[in-house]
Order: sequence, then structure tokens, then C-alpha cells
Amino acid sequence: MHRFANPNRFLRIAALILPWSAAITVTLLVVGLYLALKVSPADYQQGESVRIMYVHVPAAWMALFVYSCLAGASAIALIWKHPLANLAAKASAPIGACFTFIALTTGAIWGKPIWDAWWVWDARLTSVLILFFFYMGHMALTSAFEDASRGERAAAILALVGFINIPVIKWSVDWWNTLHQPASIVRLDGPAIHASMLAPLLIMAASFATYYVSVLILRLRSEILARKMDALRLTRVRDSQEAHSL
Amino acid sequence: MTGFWLIVHRDVVMAWRQGGDGLMAIMFFLITVTLFPLGVGPESGILARIGAAVVWVAALLATLLSLERMFQTDFEDGSFDLIAIAPLPLEAVVLAKCMANWLLTGAPLLLTAPILAMMLHMDREGLAIFVVAMALGTPSLVFIGAIGAALTVGARRGGVLLTLLVLPLYIPVLIFGVGAVEAAVTGQSAQPHLLVLGGLLLGTLPLGLWASTTALKQALE
Amino acid sequence: MDDTHPPSDTSQEVGVAIGAKKPQKKVGVLFAGRGLVCVRGGRTVFVGLDFALEPGDALVLMGPNGSGKSSLLRIMAGLLKPAEGDLLWHGYAVEDDARSHYARQHYVGHLDGLKVAMTVSENLSFWTGLRMGEVPSASSVRNALSAFGLDCLADFPARILSAGQKRRLSLARVLASPADLWLLDEPTVALDRDSVAALKQAIAHHQQHGGMVVIATHSEMALDRARPLHLDRFVPASELAELQEDAATVLRKNGHKAGKKGRRL
Repeated sequence: MHRFANPNRFLRIAALILPWSAAITVTLLVVGLYLALKVSPADYQQGESVRIMYVHVPAAWMALFVYSCLAGASAIALIWKHPLANLAAKASAPIGACFTFIALTTGAIWGKPIWDAWWVWDARLTSVLILFFFYMGHMALTSAFEDASRGERAAAILALVGFINIPVIKWSVDWWNTLHQPASIVRLDGPAIHASMLAPLLIMAASFATYYVSVLILRLRSEILARKMDALRLTRVRDSQEAHSL
Repeated sequence: MTGFWLIVHRDVVMAWRQGGDGLMAIMFFLITVTLFPLGVGPESGILARIGAAVVWVAALLATLLSLERMFQTDFEDGSFDLIAIAPLPLEAVVLAKCMANWLLTGAPLLLTAPILAMMLHMDREGLAIFVVAMALGTPSLVFIGAIGAALTVGARRGGVLLTLLVLPLYIPVLIFGVGAVEAAVTGQSAQPHLLVLGGLLLGTLPLGLWASTTALKQALE
Repeated sequence: MDDTHPPSDTSQEVGVAIGAKKPQKKVGVLFAGRGLVCVRGGRTVFVGLDFALEPGDALVLMGPNGSGKSSLLRIMAGLLKPAEGDLLWHGYAVEDDARSHYARQHYVGHLDGLKVAMTVSENLSFWTGLRMGEVPSASSVRNALSAFGLDCLADFPARILSAGQKRRLSLARVLASPADLWLLDEPTVALDRDSVAALKQAIAHHQQHGGMVVIATHSEMALDRARPLHLDRFVPASELAELQEDAATVLRKNGHKAGKKGRRL
């Protein structure tokens, strides 16, 4: 039964990890939000709106981190053909897309008071927008084939091509931005950040990361179970056909 | 090598006889560019300012048109099975297909683009650099496009999907293609941009061949 | 999986089949498959399939629709990787040198691979040129076409060909360049009686010169030294019990929610 040899072991390990990662996520999120919304000071320039940063920046980090995981899983899937790697990549994409979407919308909301515009063609925002397109393309390709495994394998190649290309695109967008940018815009991130702001930022980032782990495990588990049921159903159909023909 | 040229020859001859994609791509290119003066107004200052960008974006879109059929028809009529078991390595097959595609769409675009640029009041310095930038950029577009074409073989709504996958990957070519012309027009050196475009070509060649070949092998299974 | 169909089983059968036909000088097995398993779209099509071919042999694949005849031919051609098992040529794994394996075979699948904008002879010379690495001579193209009565259509575009004529053009491709192994998937579909006779003659000629043929067919075609291979004998034993057992363990471990889902199935 080489087709689902590993998943059972994964399901056992996942059952051990999941309660812990979920609990840690909730704890960190509560602590992080408390520090971010209550304890940390307002910015002398941006006022209370700086608090958006505690969601925006970790989400942007996660957008990149999840894409790296996606590309890593895709590489493993392509090179070693590990059956779980494809599923992990497939399960990661929507989570990463959500983080990217959160980073984009919070960026727009934050931009409104600071830049007095919902959208500014800032290099960072533009790069994140392009990353969002990559996630969307990956998800669309995964689901574009009648044979699900073909979609997963094609998406793995796309993820790797994207992984090589994203630095190039990021670099060219930065370059484009410095060429066209009017000089007077306030940048979102100051160079130095005070410890009272750094702590909630890092705690929020950690909670986002454990959230990713928890949701990934959940998605992987349901994917594996769905696959087992498919196999079961298919075998049943065939057996009944055979019984019919005999 | 004979096999390589046979594939290039076959694709070009077929497109020629069927009044193929090349002509469609050019017509699309012309019409798209014509829409811009109609949209933003005929004032020469504005057109000269956005001309390079308009022609580049229209060229990017025009190259997309022929990509869908690049591998798809060969898969549908069973040709690809025979190509896969021919002695020619699959990488060479992909390279031949890219070359034929460039001859059929990239080259005609390269010839038409300066005329359109002139209609949009691009000055002479800009025009020369524009042609060089197009010559360096369009092959990159084909190699990137081949990845999308190979990935979407047999996909539902393959053509639209291909567009979604390929356009983000086109961004660096667009930025530096337009950048070269802008530099030339504003009296700066266009050389760095052209070097980057050359670098992109050198990068997309192996990447395109590897990714397309891997994707086509998957599609065969 | 192997123990359901021990390899010795089938090779004995095949041995009987040869003995019954025509005892010939033993040259040994040239092309063989061992313990082949084919999985398509999550479904196991056949398991533990063995075959062995000596020069001059014809292997006739038989079985109902969906029994994996086309898949087996694609595996033999190297277009499809078997989920398990090996293909051997002279006892060496074909996988190790796929390019040489491609060079010694002709594969005719369900699809003809014809371009309707090209002429009949252009189509033929393209495939032959691609395979041989050099453009074939006009006379060799003519000869291959005339073997299937297509020489009068040589300069017409393939668009005007009927289904049967397209099939004949595919088969002419097999004659236009030499190969040890012919893999023919339902070659007689859409062929008229004369063309079937021409095909039979071509196959007989190929066999006399030590060539091997693997042919999937529904229609009766009396071939020399034909070994039948019934694919329905290699249908896997039901995996249902095993899968249910597996699912039950998983569902038990994953609590109620998943368990309910499973019961609804």
C-alpha cells in the first residue's frame, strides 16, 4: 500500500502537536494583542494608527515565510516525491494567501491616515501585491486539472519558478520605485523601533506562526482523510462492477 | 540537430499555412496600442510620456495569445507522445518550440513596435534603444511563457489560467524594457537597463527550459 | 502484491503457447516485463504482470475495456512509468537507457499525431526525420506510403484524409524506418479489409526479420507465433478490506467528527 504509507504516522504525530500549537496560538495572541493595544505607546508622529503595524507587519512576514515553506515543500515533492509534501504545499497556499491579503488590507487602512490615500504604489506594497498574484496563480493551477495529483505536481513547479523569480521581481520593483518615487513620503517603518513596540510585534509574529502550524495540520489531516475516502469509494465502485460482470 | 530544425520548420510552416497566430498577435498589438490615444487623448506630450510603457504592455499581452497553443495542440493530436520518444532531448524540443514561437510572434512584434512607437511620438534616441530592448526582452517573454504553456497543458480554462501565471513573471522585463527607453529619452545611459535585460534573458533561458521540460514530462504521465 | 501472481505462472503459460505454434530456433528472450503494476488515477489497473518476447514473436493483448491494454503499451513504450516492476531488454533494465529504448521501437497509439495543414508525405517525413535524425529520402517515404495505398495522396494535405486513411498513414510511419519492436494500439480500427491484409503482411514480414510486435486488438487477427496475453487475469485482488481497515484505524484515532463523516460514506 505504497500510496498512503506515510500519512498514518503523520496523523499520529499531528494529533500530538495540534492541541499544543492551538493553545500556544491563543495564549500568544491574547498576550500580544493586550501588549499591542493597551501597553505599547502611540507613535509621536502617527498616533494610535501605528497599532495597525502589530497585525500588518507580522502578516507580511508570514506571507513571505509561508511562501518559503510552500516552495520548500514543492522542492521536496519534486525531488523525493514524498506524498505528504504535495499536500503540505497545497494546504499552505490558501493560508499564505490569507496572510498576504491581511497585509494588503491593513496596509491600505494604515496608508489612509498617513498618506491620505488608500493605495500608494510603494515598493513594499506593490511587491506584496505581486506575491498575492503568485498565491492566486498557485491555487488556480492546483485546482485546474481533472486529475488532482497532476495539478499538485504542476503547482510545485510553479512554486519553485516563483521562488526563483520573487527576489528578481522584488528587486526590480524596488528599483522601479526609487526611480519614480516622490521623495516626500513618510515610510511605514522607522529604522529604530523601541522595545515596548518590538515585544508585542514579535509576540504577534510568533502567534501567527503557531497559527499557521495549527491550520496546516488541520488542513493536511482533512486532505488525507478525504483522499482515503476517495480510494475507498473508488474500490467499492470497482468491486461492485466486478460482482456485476461475474 | 536535424530534429531540432524539423520542429522549428514544421511549426513555422504550419502557422504560415493556417494564417496563424503571428498575424493575430500583430493585429491585437495594433488595436491595443490604438486604444490608448483614444483613451487618454491625442496630446503629443502625454503620448510621448507613456508611449514606451503602452507599447511594452501591449507587446506583453500580444505574446500571450499564441502561448496557449504552443504545446496544447501537440498533446491533443498525440504528436507529443511521438516527440517524447524521439531521440531529441525534451529540452531541445522546448527550445525549438520557443524559437518557432519567437519567429512567429516575437519577430513580427519587433518589426511593428517601432512604427507604433513613432505614432506615439517617441523621439529618435528612444526609438533605437526601444528596438534593442525589444530584441533582448521578447525572447525572455517566450521562455517565461513556455513555462506557463507547459504547466497548463490539459488544464481547464488553460488560456486564462496561463495569463494569470505568466503576467506576474513578466514584470521585470516590463520594468527594465520601459526603463531603458525612459533613460534614453531623458538623456541618461540606457546601458544598465539593457544589461539587466540581457541578464534576464540568460536567466530565463535555463529556467524556462527546465520548468517547461519538467512540466511536460508530468503532463505525459 | 507479487505473491498473488508468481512470475513463474505466466512464463509457463507463454512457453506452452510457443510450443503449440511453431518450434523455432531458441534465441532467448529479448524483451520482457517483470511484475508490472499499473496505477491510473488512483486505481490499480493490473498487478504482477509478466511477459516475455523472443525475436519474431507477436504478443496479442486481450481484455475488456479498462483492463489496461493501452496503459501497458504506453509502459512498454516508456511513455508511462509502471508503479512497480521492470522492463528488460536483453536482461538489462530499460529505464537505465531510455533513449536507446525509444530508438528501437515504433509506437502507434490511439491518436495519429497528424497535422492537417501539412501534406501526407510531409507528415510522414517529419516523423521519420525526427526519429532518424535525418530527413528521409523521397523514395523511402513513397515506398512506405504505397505499402498502405497512400502514394496517390502523397501531396494532398492530411485534412482531406478519412479516419481509415489517417490510420494507414500512422501505420506507414512504422514502415518508413526500421525498429525491432512495434507497439500497435488497436491498429485495425477504421481499417478496411485490404488494409488489414496489408498490415498483416507487414507484420509477418517484420517478424520474419526477427522483429517483435505487441498489438492490442479486439478483432481477430491471425498472426504467426502469436502469444495471447489476457489482461483481465492481472486484475488486483480487492483492496477494499485493507482500505476499510486502514480508514477505521484512522477514524478511531481522530475522534468523533471524522468518524461520523466516515460512516456517511
